[in-house]
Amino acid sequence: MRNLTPRSVLLGLAAPLGALVFAALVCGIILAATGNSPIDTVDAMATAAQRPRTLVNSVNSATVYYLAAVAVAIGFRMKLFNIGVDGQYRLAAMLSAALAGAAFMDNLPSFLRIALTIAVAMLVGAGWAGLAALLKVTRGVSEVISTIMLNAIATYLVSYLLNPARLAETTAGSNNIGTAKITEGGQVPGFEVSGSTTKVFGLILLAAIVGVVYWFVLSRTKFGFELKATGLSESAAVASGVSVKKMVVISMLLSGAVAGLVGMPQLLGASYTYSLDFPPGLGFVGIAVALLGRNNPVGMAVAALLWGFLDNAANALDISGVPREIVLIMQGVIVLSVVVAYELVRRYRVRAEQQAVGKALGRTKTLEEVSA
Amino acid sequence: MSPEPPAGGAPAPAVQLSAITKRFPGVVANSDVNITVRAGTVHALVGENGAGKSTLMKILYGMQQPDEGTIAIDGAPVAFSSPADAIRAGIGMVHQHFMLADNLTVLENVVLGSEPRKGVGLDFAAARAKITEISTAYGLGVDPDRLVDDLGVGERQRVEILKVLYRGARTLILDEPTAVLVPQEVDELFGNLRDLKAEGLTILFISHKLDEVLSVADDITVIRRGTTVASVSPEGVTARKLAELMVGSALPVPELRESTVTDATVLSVEGLTVLSADGRTVLDNVSFTIHAGEVLGIAGVEGNGQAELVEALMGIRSCSAGRITLSGQDITRATTRHRREAGIGYIPEDRHRQGLLLEAPLWENRILGHQTSAPNVRGPLLDRKGAKRDTERIVDEYDVRTPGIGVNASALSGGNQQKLIVGREMSGSPVLLIASHPTRGVDVGAQAAIWEHIRRARAEQLAVLLISADLDELIGMSDTLSVILRGRLVADHDPAAVTPEQLGSAMTGAGRED
Repeated sequence: MRNLTPRSVLLGLAAPLGALVFAALVCGIILAATGNSPIDTVDAMATAAQRPRTLVNSVNSATVYYLAAVAVAIGFRMKLFNIGVDGQYRLAAMLSAALAGAAFMDNLPSFLRIALTIAVAMLVGAGWAGLAALLKVTRGVSEVISTIMLNAIATYLVSYLLNPARLAETTAGSNNIGTAKITEGGQVPGFEVSGSTTKVFGLILLAAIVGVVYWFVLSRTKFGFELKATGLSESAAVASGVSVKKMVVISMLLSGAVAGLVGMPQLLGASYTYSLDFPPGLGFVGIAVALLGRNNPVGMAVAALLWGFLDNAANALDISGVPREIVLIMQGVIVLSVVVAYELVRRYRVRAEQQAVGKALGRTKTLEEVSA
Repeated sequence: MSPEPPAGGAPAPAVQLSAITKRFPGVVANSDVNITVRAGTVHALVGENGAGKSTLMKILYGMQQPDEGTIAIDGAPVAFSSPADAIRAGIGMVHQHFMLADNLTVLENVVLGSEPRKGVGLDFAAARAKITEISTAYGLGVDPDRLVDDLGVGERQRVEILKVLYRGARTLILDEPTAVLVPQEVDELFGNLRDLKAEGLTILFISHKLDEVLSVADDITVIRRGTTVASVSPEGVTARKLAELMVGSALPVPELRESTVTDATVLSVEGLTVLSADGRTVLDNVSFTIHAGEVLGIAGVEGNGQAELVEALMGIRSCSAGRITLSGQDITRATTRHRREAGIGYIPEDRHRQGLLLEAPLWENRILGHQTSAPNVRGPLLDRKGAKRDTERIVDEYDVRTPGIGVNASALSGGNQQKLIVGREMSGSPVLLIASHPTRGVDVGAQAAIWEHIRRARAEQLAVLLISADLDELIGMSDTLSVILRGRLVADHDPAAVTPEQLGSAMTGAGRED
């Protein structure tokens, strides 16, 4: 993109860091006002950060958040708001879990089983998002509205299908119901970390690959350029021969496909079944992480790690007697202030650049006048 | 420099700007600007685009504060921190772009923001009486109860003038008031200005159309590169001399040399009809042909179908009937991309909306619109090196003033943005160039450069469709001239023989009766 100078790097970091500091201040004030010690809270979080288990859990959460953020960011790049990542990943995880757990899959080679599961998840996610794209290009329905409603529909569809009479079975000895357990050949092994009983998701590699592909497609291909152009100015894109409808459909399908991946690390690396307690709401976390990371592949990774850590540190806070809700407040304040901070930095940048150009040209002009 | 006290019987100047300096990012700053406007006169402020006229007027109208210098109104020093202060001091501004609500009446528009109260309600009767009184006193002929939507451009301008008079303005700033008018309307406006002057009002008139300035102004101040370079009276100066003061050198003239028109048809349009979204016919059975090496100029008052014609030719808007053929190939149903690949270059009317990605660097803007052709892409991948190299070439050849190709397009001045667009659209050897207002809002230097590039391309057998509101540009640059009125091509003129007045008549439909 732009030339990397110390100044431009500093400006790039100013907004997220400023938002973090601001959020920390707000939380400190709230803690103090409610009679909790901010120092103790920081202390508890620092202690949590030293526990390998917390760190592994943070990385695992971050893996999932990152995938959700990329799904959201694909739409954001062209000012398309896919609020439906949540419904897309839940439906995708549920259906692919049912497939992966089905008895006939046992005979397939492990790699094929996993690949098939992931492919189906992507297809389901893309299909569900595709409905919103179809409504938008044929009927002009705002994707914000339609994806939110599709989230609700997905919730009911999943609970309809998650029934012993259909795709689910009751878990022995509990009142939980879920899809048939995926046997070992269909699971993705994790990475052992010393000092922690939990493993790091094997599909963290998938998240990394998705990040690299996202970066490459957006900054190096014609498609990525047209996506960006549509986001910056739809009228200019149209005049340049970009079919906005086509872009809406393609980016929505891609966004949905990545959304389909969101449930995979958990499903194939820890749960092995889609049951009533499968983590919900990941799609909304993805929106926050994409905002904080500015749709940037590296920025979103950092944001996802931060989010993952905050979430897991909340458990530690509970133990030390600080209300864990402080983490929610912190996350909320971060998102709100980062949006404001980015806009401030953007305006400052535009002005600084105009000034710099004015200065640079002013000098040339004077020289010309002298020689004239 | 202290403002001189009114000596003897001579009244203090209505407006006196002394040593105004304004440092402002991105545009030419004002430095040491001195203007004295005598009360009861029309004072013209001339200068090319970007010379700092608008900044100066924003300072006088309180929209910006000067870093140095003083403003005196009727001899008394003032400091405006907002337009409200300026209005209170009797200064009114008529903007170039009208600020009227179409769906309200003249009366409602005029009182908007300073509604006369009667108890808790509005006193429309008093307002109507006052408007009628002002309208009669200054000969504006405005009916307070008509809907603004039904008014023509000239009438809307008079409503704007009435609006500031209603607020008690004694000094009126008119920012390029003739830019949107045809010659006949300009004459009417000047008549109004003389009436206003006769009633003792002071008018500050901003323009870069020198003939108009010479015909209406009592005093002229020339501004160049942010500073006042001369104060002259219209009797002692010619348009040529003014122009030279304005640009510091000779003024370019839009002019074609020998004809390069061939008989090879490049673009042929037959019976093109376009409907608007609500079913109105905005383009009605339009037919024309452009040959290689020919410039076809389309004259018309804005909003008579020019924008729709261009969009239909570019494939942005679909046509309901007719045929468009480019170099023998039927492109009536082709996509915008296909048309561009077939060799249509496009300089859009609104460069910020359609021609540029303001928040993207210049080299990415080089790719825009040419995403499928070398040197910008290789297969599905961007050729970043190729695009950057070619951007350097355009910056060089088209004299785009920029410190580098990595800066965002928003950092460049309008003229330099336009030169970049022209350079981009001329790349890849197009066969047809659609140029919509190619020199609107650019400075004289850039204007001359753009004309020269069009001339050169024409000599190399480019066909050009030129749409412009600048009649001199149309007459000077076209091989053939057509007039568009209410979506139809109503008349053809020989650019060598036609005058701006005749064109103006044809544009308003007045010429059809005689």
